[in-house]
Amino acid sequence: MKKLINNPADVLAESLRGVALAHPELSVDHETQVITRATPKAQGKVAVVSGGGSGHEPLHGGYVGVGMLDAAVAGEVFTSPTPDRVQAATKAVDRGAGVVHIVKNYTGDVLNFEMAAELAAMEGIEVGTVIVDDDVAVQDSLYTAGRRGVGLTVLLEKLVGAAAEEGQDLASVVALAQRIVGQGRSMGMALTSCTVPAAGKPTFDLPDDQMEIGIGIHGEPGRHREPLAPAAEIARQLVEPILADLDAAGPAIVMLNGMGGSPLIELYLMYGEVVPLLEKAGVQIARNLVGDYITSLDMAGCSLTVLKADDELLRLWDAPVNTPGLRWGV
Amino acid sequence: MAALGTAELSAWIHGFRDVVAEKREWLTELDSAIGDADHGANMARGMDAVVAKLDAGVPDTVDELLKTVGMTLVSSVGGASGPLYGTLFLRMGMAAGPVTSLDVAALAASLRAGLVGIVARGKAEAGDKTMIDAMAPAVDAFDAEAAGGADLGAATAAAARAAASGRDATEPLVARKGRASYLGERSAGHLDPGAASTTLLFEALARATAETASPAAGSS
Repeated sequence: MKKLINNPADVLAESLRGVALAHPELSVDHETQVITRATPKAQGKVAVVSGGGSGHEPLHGGYVGVGMLDAAVAGEVFTSPTPDRVQAATKAVDRGAGVVHIVKNYTGDVLNFEMAAELAAMEGIEVGTVIVDDDVAVQDSLYTAGRRGVGLTVLLEKLVGAAAEEGQDLASVVALAQRIVGQGRSMGMALTSCTVPAAGKPTFDLPDDQMEIGIGIHGEPGRHREPLAPAAEIARQLVEPILADLDAAGPAIVMLNGMGGSPLIELYLMYGEVVPLLEKAGVQIARNLVGDYITSLDMAGCSLTVLKADDELLRLWDAPVNTPGLRWGV
Repeated sequence: MAALGTAELSAWIHGFRDVVAEKREWLTELDSAIGDADHGANMARGMDAVVAKLDAGVPDTVDELLKTVGMTLVSSVGGASGPLYGTLFLRMGMAAGPVTSLDVAALAASLRAGLVGIVARGKAEAGDKTMIDAMAPAVDAFDAEAAGGADLGAATAAAARAAASGRDATEPLVARKGRASYLGERSAGHLDPGAASTTLLFEALARATAETASPAAGSS
């Protein structure tokens, strides 16, 4: 394992120290490993909290700031944070109008956030939970823990954050989040495995001439493994399952996301491959993101997310956002 | 043995910690086959935290003791196991109430409440290849023994045997819950790590009951 670390056990704590030094506009509680805005939003506005295992940076801590999240709870690498920490974050950012929990659909995250919401309710804080499950790679969703929450989480945190920032109430913000979950889909692929620092070796073995299609963001197995193919073929394998599951004709927000170990030159090349395929299916790309937004440590590969949009979603998308990971209009 | 007091329940928890520490690598090995290879480490860390809490002072009542165990697990284990084991002990404590000991009927009711809590939390059913596959038969066996007039020793021993059978029966199953479910058919052929640790919990309960019932332990 070659990594820029001191001791595998200290990776998260030491990384959060760097986050605090790099971003004085954020406040890092090193005890609970919760990142909040240094300047809380105004009283009476809905607060937005997300979190989960670390290793997906900039998600979630990099999306804390005006126009997006109020707090992010950082678990150990690929391990959900515990309910008491989620509860601490919820309590810290509640401005009297309720708190939205954005949870990626992984069993650990769902259970820990559920208990945290119960703890918050006991203290009189109203919590609305949205579970993101956009990964079309999971086919037998009835016989598994369901579709996983992946790339759509980034777009949802931006849009929901904007709605909360402009003063929408808890019910409206939760309804918006549910609507976004209903009309966004993702599909990912890996060229290599990733290496969890504490494990010290790659999570799975993927030979040089093979790729894994339909990968999650923790090195879980994908739909299938096959010989490495040119980018044009990989693009087809990402676009087709999404379009098979979602009638995406019309305006859309599209993200071509890097898994952490693929250079931007390749991500733009891939974007160039997916755009004509989407346009041929009637998708009008109104906004886009290309880059590393939800990663899987050092995994090489990419994912594609397509969210059907309308004037309301585009308006919220264009609203000012000022976070380490997304910044415009400020 | 007519009833388990807080000292005996504390001995059970200590015994579970010891066996989890001893079997830590085995639990992790089971989890690396179909999960994310952290069950042994997570449970060991959680039970160490629990024992540290109890060593600082065993609560006077059964519900406080079980709630302390539950809350400590919730805040120290992480992953899915933290909320599941935490819920088990929290619900057991709520069902037990502020008493100083549990007789066989009260322990049966407490274990049943814990099982119901885990089922509600995890939304898994029997046969999904989860800890419920060990827990449900154990609680059923305990109930049957208790209803038949058995004492605590016989009831806990039957529960431990039923848990082990349930654990072994998870091997051919295809997982339908948790991270293992994404493996589909590839999850068959492995024991479920949660069912394995749950069996250790019931075996520790049977041992603690037997030890406190024996004259040797009683005189020490």
